[in-house]
Amino acid sequence: MSKKVLDALTAAHPGAVVRTASPHGDDTAWIKRDELVKVATFLRDDPNMLFDAPVFCTCIDWLDWKPVGRPVAEHWDESKPRFTVAYQLRSTKHKHRIRLEIELPEADPRCPSLADMWPAFNWQERETFDMYGIRFEGHPDLRRIFLYEEFVGYPLRKDYPKEKRQPLVRRDDLPINPIKAPHAGEHK
Amino acid sequence: MADAQTLKQLVLGRKDVQDLSDTEQDLPPDLMTVNMGPSHPAMHGTVRIVLTVDGEKIVKGDVQPGYLHRCFEKESEHATYTQVFPYTDRLNYVSPMINNCGWAMVAEKLMGLTGKLPRRAEYVRVIVSEMSRITDHLTCVGASAMELGAFTPFLYLLKCREWLYELLEKVSGARLTHSYVRIGGVSKDLPEGFGPELTACLDKIASVMVECETLLNNNKIFRDRMAGIGAISKEDAIKTGCVGPIARSAGVDYDVRRDYPYSIYPELEFDVPLGTTGDCYDRYLVRLEELKQCIRILRQCLVQIPDGPVMSDDHRVALPAKQATYNTIESMIRHFKHIMDGVRVPAGETYAFLEGGNGELGFFVVSDGTGRPYKAYVRSPSFVHLSTAEMLFKNHFIADVVPIFGMINMIGGECDK
Repeated sequence: MSKKVLDALTAAHPGAVVRTASPHGDDTAWIKRDELVKVATFLRDDPNMLFDAPVFCTCIDWLDWKPVGRPVAEHWDESKPRFTVAYQLRSTKHKHRIRLEIELPEADPRCPSLADMWPAFNWQERETFDMYGIRFEGHPDLRRIFLYEEFVGYPLRKDYPKEKRQPLVRRDDLPINPIKAPHAGEHK
Repeated sequence: MADAQTLKQLVLGRKDVQDLSDTEQDLPPDLMTVNMGPSHPAMHGTVRIVLTVDGEKIVKGDVQPGYLHRCFEKESEHATYTQVFPYTDRLNYVSPMINNCGWAMVAEKLMGLTGKLPRRAEYVRVIVSEMSRITDHLTCVGASAMELGAFTPFLYLLKCREWLYELLEKVSGARLTHSYVRIGGVSKDLPEGFGPELTACLDKIASVMVECETLLNNNKIFRDRMAGIGAISKEDAIKTGCVGPIARSAGVDYDVRRDYPYSIYPELEFDVPLGTTGDCYDRYLVRLEELKQCIRILRQCLVQIPDGPVMSDDHRVALPAKQATYNTIESMIRHFKHIMDGVRVPAGETYAFLEGGNGELGFFVVSDGTGRPYKAYVRSPSFVHLSTAEMLFKNHFIADVVPIFGMINMIGGECDK
């Protein structure tokens, strides 16, 4: 059942699908950025697909990617796209799910917006923009959602230090740069 | 419409009201902006709503969350998998056990442990999850009723919640922030005498539910303020990503426990209540019915629960026995590595989800093979539901914001991450 969705998608849009996989049973298709809206429309409207319900939208920053026990060739370097935007969709009728992943280069983190097709993505794309700085093209209202307008940078990017503080209201009784936490940076 | 000059005259009292023409005596027809929140007595949770109103009618409601943003995802990426459990407690803080289970499930999915847990551990997880679901729905119904003026049901329902919290405290050691579940099972077995205590508690809750239904279901004030308010159609509910009681009240037949069965739910008998109109009153009724179904599930669990271990014996997730830790160097090292480096989850990415208090709660994790998640994302139902709030507010009165917001059951910790 699950493989069928990916096969049908590849058959219908051979030029748009970069590759497909089902890690841990989650069907995933890597889509070319410019083809995303076309693929999404197909997934929503085709009677065998009917992905009517949005689940989530987020982004992965590969900057620190050094998987344990894998060759250095798999580590992130500047020749590889830094961001991956992931959309997960669900079908109420067929009960299948799919994840669309779009790889975006560091210099140009633009992604077509799906907010018009599934209104739930309106806020989720705003959140992704807020946290990762991905520009969703065609989004009706791309503002920060959790953080404030004056915030500088994108906190969930791997190059944003966890200890960095940007208080909106300055408090003289609090240190701006607190003492470095003992485990900070150990992740790398 | 009165122009600025006339308004000024009115305010300064330079012109008597009777001297004004009929049209000038009307209130200015301009749209007005009203701020609700971030800290407002009728709004549980800190959220700011900038309402644009035409008289009393809402034209636009810009909902601005984020006041409770605690960097859940950033913090998780710097903590070991086990250290994330206390953070998940603070997501949906009225049903922390379900969040605990969700986080454990995503790590187990990456490690290939799904379905390989000891049976007793699965039962314990379902029991504490369903207890949490009851506390979640009790809080939602009770608080909403209080905001509409019905204070008695609030006290009754919160008393019930307290009984459950006391039981959960006996189980986990903490009243609210349990951190009880571990990858591969739960941290400790249920205390002695838990079964009879829970049965007695459920009996009491069932009788309080009857009292509350008599107080609320046909209460004129309650019905007038709930029925027909904040309705959402089935199609809208699906495409806006609504799940849980909100979607079900609109007739969307979707419950993760039944449609994507996990744990031992396939062995349990329960019904998924559905509404028809999708308004606040239906959301209330669906929640009440779900409460009864939770009680039904719990009673079945108490009968079926087998004896046995509550923690997987897989050495990747289980701590060595205390006796061995203190007496052999190998176990001591393993214990140290387990605590300091964390549970090593194989590299990969996955999304695991379960039915939380408000619907599909999921975690999307990318692992790089270390003991700390490379990326952690929570699909919080409250956040998705809150994004529909603007649509629900439209063309309602300011007073209707309170029941609509109450029945969305936005939990700040979960919504703002």
